Amino acid sequence: MVEIQTEGENMSAVLTGEIDHHVARDMRMQIDEQIQRLLPQKLYLDFGGVTFMDSSGIGLVMGRYRNMASLGGSVAIRNASGHLLRVMRLAGLERLVTFE
Amino acid sequence: MVHTKTEKQNLIKLKMESRSVNEAFARTAAGAYLMSFDPTLEELNDIKTAVSEAVTNAIVHGYADCIGEISMEFYTKQPGEVWIRIVDHGCGIADVKQAMEPLFTTCSDAERSGLGFTMMQSFCDKVQVRSVPGKGTTVTLMKRLSTRGSHVAK
Repeated sequence: MVEIQTEGENMSAVLTGEIDHHVARDMRMQIDEQIQRLLPQKLYLDFGGVTFMDSSGIGLVMGRYRNMASLGGSVAIRNASGHLLRVMRLAGLERLVTFE
Repeated sequence: MVHTKTEKQNLIKLKMESRSVNEAFARTAAGAYLMSFDPTLEELNDIKTAVSEAVTNAIVHGYADCIGEISMEFYTKQPGEVWIRIVDHGCGIADVKQAMEPLFTTCSDAERSGLGFTMMQSFCDKVQVRSVPGKGTTVTLMKRLSTRGSHVAK
């Protein structure tokens, strides 16, 4: 599930549940729709409520990074810990996005 | 019944349709099989991730244009070793070595990271891939558990 919040010129997508190939499609469509509408400077992806993630979550972050970069914006990841952080580090996501 | 060390022990098999909704079921089934091994949370997540990647590959690539059957086998050989085999009868992989390279993907929608096999290899102690184009793919994962109560079926 995705909940969108705005913070001034920034946008935050709060993700909950498990992220796999099955749910990633809906998640990214919801996020992209709001990116197009709000044109934020910065997109925060909040993983605090995510209980599982495989490489589909990496694809989700990489795709949003590309979208934000094409608008001249950036992506930051919030509240990723434990297993999620291991998966993200393995993919080298720190080269594309910042961790907060 | 007497078992030799290399035989599959405490074998459980299941079959499912290659629908993406079943990715979560496959992970949950792996978690359920693991319960008797008393895994750490990290080991549990490692195996769930690897299974999720293998089953997703079968759904997305093996049966790209149709719904087919995916079978899973869970078994042990040595105490503390969990083996999981994921079998599809889909299109197969022409070049397994290339498919296993990090970031390689045949998906054009740019939302697949190409890291599925990298995840399996990073989170498991052994990953074997056998594939015949037009016949299907078998991925075998093995994870050694640091477990307190290593469990082998009697």
